[in-house]
Amino acid sequence: MENFNVFVPRLLDAREYFSAGHRACQGCGETVAIRQILKAVGRNMILVNATGCSEIFSSPFPQTAWHIPWIHVAFENSAAVASGVEAALKTLERKGRLPKREICVMAIAGDGATADIGFQALSGAMERGHNMVYVCLDNEAYMNTGIQRSSSTPFGAMTTTSPPGRLSKGQKTWKKNLPEIMAAHDIPYVATLSPSYPFDLVRKVKRAVEVEGPAYLHVLAVCPTGWRSPTAETIRLGRLAAESGVFPLYEVDHGRYTINLDPGELRPLKDYLGIQGRFRHLKPEDLEYIEERVQANFEKLRGKARMTAREDRKDRKKTGRPRPRQVKKAARSKK
Amino acid sequence: MTSKEKTWTWRDIPVGAVVEEPGNASEYLTGGWRSERPVFTPDHCVQCGLCYVYCPDAAIVMTREGYPDIRLDYCKGCGICARECFMSTFGLSCFEMVDEEEFR
Ligand SMILES: Cc1ncc(C[n+]2csc(CCOP(=O)(O)OP(=O)(O)O)c2C)c(N)n1
Ligand code: SF4
Ligand code: SF4
Repeated sequence: MENFNVFVPRLLDAREYFSAGHRACQGCGETVAIRQILKAVGRNMILVNATGCSEIFSSPFPQTAWHIPWIHVAFENSAAVASGVEAALKTLERKGRLPKREICVMAIAGDGATADIGFQALSGAMERGHNMVYVCLDNEAYMNTGIQRSSSTPFGAMTTTSPPGRLSKGQKTWKKNLPEIMAAHDIPYVATLSPSYPFDLVRKVKRAVEVEGPAYLHVLAVCPTGWRSPTAETIRLGRLAAESGVFPLYEVDHGRYTINLDPGELRPLKDYLGIQGRFRHLKPEDLEYIEERVQANFEKLRGKARMTAREDRKDRKKTGRPRPRQVKKAARSKK
Repeated sequence: MTSKEKTWTWRDIPVGAVVEEPGNASEYLTGGWRSERPVFTPDHCVQCGLCYVYCPDAAIVMTREGYPDIRLDYCKGCGICARECFMSTFGLSCFEMVDEEEFR
């Protein structure tokens, strides 16, 4: 085990909480994300899983790939059930029927379940301030039922319900900016992450678990089946998405923006879109349009990060020390 | 797969569809899905463990010596390990994807 300790376990728990033998497609990005997230949280958790690929491939009854308590719920209510689990835990602990300890309540759902049908449940749970983590595995379409468009599908992408043709360029609308919508709920922690950056992912998941109150994590989960990309490119696509600014990696910690990966000059979009069959029909002028909008969005984000930096500087001047970023978690019993 | 549920009647199905044994999906071997097999050569391996971190199927375990060991029962042959191997930056990936036909 000695050499093994050199690099990997410093970053990840060596135990496996998501077993092999699950039925995900070859090279599925959702599985990589789930494996890493579970390793970051550890076994002290209860997981609520909405219908979608992640639930289907992990639990072909009577088998399950999970090594942790896991509930499957309907397509639309993972956030509602997770808030119920959290409330129940709190009550049982108060009545002394459960020993007091930190248990992470986590909800995992696809992008359709988050951005479309489960949106009001999510918004409600975040607004009520339950101490839970909501994870959206964003593979940019309803993959489980055969690649239908969702409101999280990027502009121009081909799906079975937004087919390109003479009159259509694929998806007509721009991707819904869910992390920003969640940040607008003023919850303690919002972050975007990608399994292609495991260090970053583990740190953000740990932070989300540690903060008191709701946290929202938006994970880019590359789906070779729906994106029409080579299975071996899954991890690389995640990196390209971050470097080209399509999926910026940032976090909003108590309203303060930090961009975790700013490549300076954004990578040409062609690199990212070129290896995906779902963008094959796009013409150079479409690419230009997308590139412009991506750059404008990234600039907006940089503006917010700059504003945070300015506020921090002002604070430091006033108090002589940096604003505390680590908010210590209050014991559950005090609530 | 010899599945016990095939012989179940409705009386045998656990109430609430509870699965009592965690992680029993590993009874099912996904290795048969593979059309290309990753073949590992340790010559250039720096034991970084990236293949272990990125394998979607948890098919790679790290040995005591710090080298990856591929569990072919589960590997679906996606090729991520070969692509993401740290040494592939230098064109020396420790994994080579070989057509499964050659092992017949
Ligand atoms: C109320 C309801 N409508 C439709 C379905 C059918 N359904 C099951 S999974 C799914 C798509 C899930 O897509 P998404 O949430 O994006 O997750 P992904 O499969 O992409 O991970 C649909 C439409 C359902 N289970 N329940
Ligand atoms: S359809 Fe996509 S998200 Fe679903 S299991 Fe396959 S690769 Fe993963
Ligand atoms: S080919 Fe894919 S499934 Fe097989 S060991 Fe490599 S990363 Fe894992």
